[in-house]
Amino acid sequence: MSEEYSMEIVNPEKSFLSKNDVTEVVVPAFEGEIGILKDHISIISFLKPGIIKIFSKSGEESFYVNDGIIEFKDNNLSILTSLILNLKDIDKEKISEIQKSAEEELNKSDINDQEKYLLDQKLEVLKSIN
Amino acid sequence: MASLDDLKKRISSVKSTQKITKAMKMVAAAKLRRAQESAEKGRPYSDKMNNIILNLSTGISDVDNAPKLLSGTGEDKIHLCVVMTSDRGLCGGFNTNIIKKAKLYFQKILDEGKTLKIITVGTKGYDQLKRLYGDNIIERISFKESKNVNYFDADKVGKIVIEKFDKKEFDVCAIFYNQFKNVITQIPQEQQIIPLKTSENEQNSSVDNYEFEPEEDEILSNLLPKNISTQIFKAMLENSASEQGSRMSAMDNATRNAGEMVDKLTIEYNRSRQAAITKELIEIISGAESL
Repeated sequence: MSEEYSMEIVNPEKSFLSKNDVTEVVVPAFEGEIGILKDHISIISFLKPGIIKIFSKSGEESFYVNDGIIEFKDNNLSILTSLILNLKDIDKEKISEIQKSAEEELNKSDINDQEKYLLDQKLEVLKSIN
Repeated sequence: MASLDDLKKRISSVKSTQKITKAMKMVAAAKLRRAQESAEKGRPYSDKMNNIILNLSTGISDVDNAPKLLSGTGEDKIHLCVVMTSDRGLCGGFNTNIIKKAKLYFQKILDEGKTLKIITVGTKGYDQLKRLYGDNIIERISFKESKNVNYFDADKVGKIVIEKFDKKEFDVCAIFYNQFKNVITQIPQEQQIIPLKTSENEQNSSVDNYEFEPEEDEILSNLLPKNISTQIFKAMLENSASEQGSRMSAMDNATRNAGEMVDKLTIEYNRSRQAAITKELIEIISGAESL
């Protein structure tokens, strides 16, 4: 029996990536990383800023996401995200730009704990990339 | 009758107008293709988003505690209308159609004695509404600088809407835009986004047992604001495709009309030229005869 399932990443502008030979996807879910294998139970969760790792027959790929929602159902994984960047051809400047705006955001006084947590996460991940 | 010189001038001015409308038509056609493409590419995102929300909202256990964005404030007093129009003119009935649709809705709201608040997106909508509803317009937004429709612009509008909702500034929110059907037809749409309307007949689509992480309510309260931005983004994409389509057909008509005008003027020009020649000949002949 094959251990592969299909996945799709969509952002508002277009369908970003679509694969049907993935064996495992690790996503930075809100309450910790989740690795999704074939025949996982149907799940809906949302993402915090982090790295999505995709393991497939053709190799391993990593992406940075800002936020997102995942839905896994009938061996079909959909990831909706507003900002996604491929780590392979990532632009250092772009990263610094996001980092800077996150820092500014963090310095605002009117943010709540959850926002602060997300921003901290974001900065941490961005630093690890850079 | 206009003199030959005048006619000549008019012909050349109509011809240069025709050149402009022709060029605008071509530009619109090129832009239309791109806008249509991105409208199509944007569809999976909003469809999936809708699907997830549908699955979530049917699975929600505690209806009373459901997020306000989904169930509404329980009142129906203040309506917020987001009217999305273009920033540029010369696109036929595009803006007028949206405004007409919106005005009908406004009138209904006001007749029922409810409060009306308006946000205009795009300068043309503001120009058309400010005379009648100037006091109702609480915000006007324009993305003249952005070259293409992008999600961050839509997100900005979405955030403004949500911020106002959190401050309890309105109960119901509707957006107005043109849905792109084809180049000739664009259908003005009115869509209620707060509280969210989930159509009944879709609810019997297979409801699965999902595992949620974290809880449904928390996911839902996170997802709904995003959905609003997504809906607005979708509307913006549809709008930009419609705008280009509408402009293309308007400019096509204008080019054709200019062509007809040139033909008519040319005939008139030739006639009066011949008349002048004949007149001269008669003068010469009758002059020669009298000798």
